[in-house]
Amino acid sequence: MKRVALLGMPNTGKSTLFNRMTGGAARVGNWPGITVELLSGKILFGGDMVELIDLPGIYDIHGFSEDEQVVRHFLHGNVPDLALIVLNATQIERQLSLLLQLKQYNLNMVVLLNMADEAKKFGITIDTKKMSAALGIPIFLLSAKYGNGYQEALQAVTKALRYNTPGMAEELRSQLEQEVHIESEMARVLQHAVQVPARLPDNLTTQLDHLMLHPWLGLPIFFGIMYLLFQGIFFFGQPLQIGVGDLFNWLREVAFAPLVASLPALLQGLLLDGIYNGVATVAAFAPIIVLFFLFMAIVEDTGYLSRAAFLMDALMARLGLDGRSFVMLLMGFGCNVPALMGTRVMRSRPLRLLSMLVIPFSLCSARLQVFVFIAAALFAPRAAALVVFSLYLFSFAAAILTALIFKRHFPNSEPFVLELPPYRFPTLRQMVLRGWHEVYHFIHRASKFIIIGVVFVWLLTHLPTSAVPAGPDTWAGHIGAWLKPLFEPIGITAELTIALIFGFVAKEIVIGSLAVIYGLSGQALSGALALQLDWVQAYSFMLFTLIYTPCLSTIATLRSESKNNGFMLLSLGWSLALAWVVSFVFYQGARALGY
Amino acid sequence: MQTIISSEILTSLVPGESAIIVAIQTDDALRQRLLALGFRVGKRVELIRKASFSGPLQVRIGTTDILLRRNEAAKIAVEKS
Repeated sequence: MKRVALLGMPNTGKSTLFNRMTGGAARVGNWPGITVELLSGKILFGGDMVELIDLPGIYDIHGFSEDEQVVRHFLHGNVPDLALIVLNATQIERQLSLLLQLKQYNLNMVVLLNMADEAKKFGITIDTKKMSAALGIPIFLLSAKYGNGYQEALQAVTKALRYNTPGMAEELRSQLEQEVHIESEMARVLQHAVQVPARLPDNLTTQLDHLMLHPWLGLPIFFGIMYLLFQGIFFFGQPLQIGVGDLFNWLREVAFAPLVASLPALLQGLLLDGIYNGVATVAAFAPIIVLFFLFMAIVEDTGYLSRAAFLMDALMARLGLDGRSFVMLLMGFGCNVPALMGTRVMRSRPLRLLSMLVIPFSLCSARLQVFVFIAAALFAPRAAALVVFSLYLFSFAAAILTALIFKRHFPNSEPFVLELPPYRFPTLRQMVLRGWHEVYHFIHRASKFIIIGVVFVWLLTHLPTSAVPAGPDTWAGHIGAWLKPLFEPIGITAELTIALIFGFVAKEIVIGSLAVIYGLSGQALSGALALQLDWVQAYSFMLFTLIYTPCLSTIATLRSESKNNGFMLLSLGWSLALAWVVSFVFYQGARALGY
Repeated sequence: MQTIISSEILTSLVPGESAIIVAIQTDDALRQRLLALGFRVGKRVELIRKASFSGPLQVRIGTTDILLRRNEAAKIAVEKS
């Protein structure tokens, strides 16, 4: 099968183009260096199947970052039959250097000048015919976002694929270092084919940045946006969640209960109170997950994350981190795993390790489910929103404290230099693709972790059969009793202890396992929790859930990214200790104050 | 009589001011990265804004906006025209 590699600088819309070509749901984000793994897809070109590989965005083929090395190694080991070079037409004057560097590799190339729509708005005109003649490479203008020019480009790719790969010379590296030659060639081509106005017109980005990056208003606006985002999730998500929960209860009564009525009581219990209740409780979170990722996608794809890096860098520098660490921390609000992988853009290992140590404290969407459920059960609607917001503040505080304590063990002097992309409005297509992608992942995880999880919880809480379900004589009861000296001082009951043990595997299971332990789901479970716990206990439980290890996938990622068992154990041990101490101080403090 | 050329550093510009880059005095790795982002001797650079609390600078070279810390910006010598 022929191989086509997508190459270009970060933020050129490579991923958008990749998505359009493959019709798949690769992640699209307006943030330099988001493509951290090699995505590939199979597509049909002129009757032949071709494998398309999306390489990480790079600034410089001679560069030192991990991504730049990945691209070089890939090109060495897998010479593509065709390299599709994607350049940002609005930044053609500096992106041309990468094209000229690549040209010297003697690769079979087609050049796509993306974001033609934005270039037009800036008044930049590019004569692709003249440029093509000057370089001896086919060059096309297109807009991957809106699809203009896409068909012509596809035809050129099909045509270019018919030629044989010329092969790659061995001594290219030394040949490529002739920066002088590249610079003079750049000047020659730019002079003849490109016209850029002396000063860019005052566009929407400039006006928006005037407000969003204002010296005094910038930070309050940032926190305001974050607060509104999560209020919105709560406001729109909760009615939907209750609706889905009611639907599952109704289905249970009219369809599933009669269906399994003839089975033995134990099996009936496992199916209905175990699997069905557990899965139904978790499935009710799908609307909140969709909303969360829809809102995050808007923030990410508009380019606001880079602005957040600008606003927060001063604080992050004092913590031994930088603006990029902060952006990864925010990405961790979605899921910690891609955020940990995103730290690959940092070259300094100490900086990367310190960032990886703080990211697991980001309140991810799986933990959000637990908090939304418990806050709604124990607090009035208005207070519940504040409770969840306060947990976000604790999440930041835990990250800041960790960075302050560990920064002298991970000293770094990595320069912070970052490109600031213009604001872009994500298309509906991108948002829907992203939302669908995340829900698919959520359901995928649900089918794997949650069903196994809830079956285990049901067995632990119902065996031996002689014991009262979820009582002190069950296996779960024994585990709870054994761990009691550890969890009683922080107000966490035996039932909640079992849920925490399962939450170690994945936070998605926590509410599902509570549903199994209590044999109730949805509103009935909320009611049971409200009867058994007071708000101090519930808050202490939420604090512990927030701070202790996010999930097994995060631990596995910490290990694979750091390639160091000691570092993984440090992260694990530190988060468990911090969780216990914070919960202890909160619980005992609140009790001492008479609550 | 010869005119005395006053060389300054990028951090000394005020927002809205622009200048020509006269020297980039950094180690090789950062130099390569700055070159890739469009910093070159003889290029015009405009300071757009400075973040509060001694945060990073936002500068514009051609059509590209770049964020960089004051530490790094202090290693770039410029000349006001």
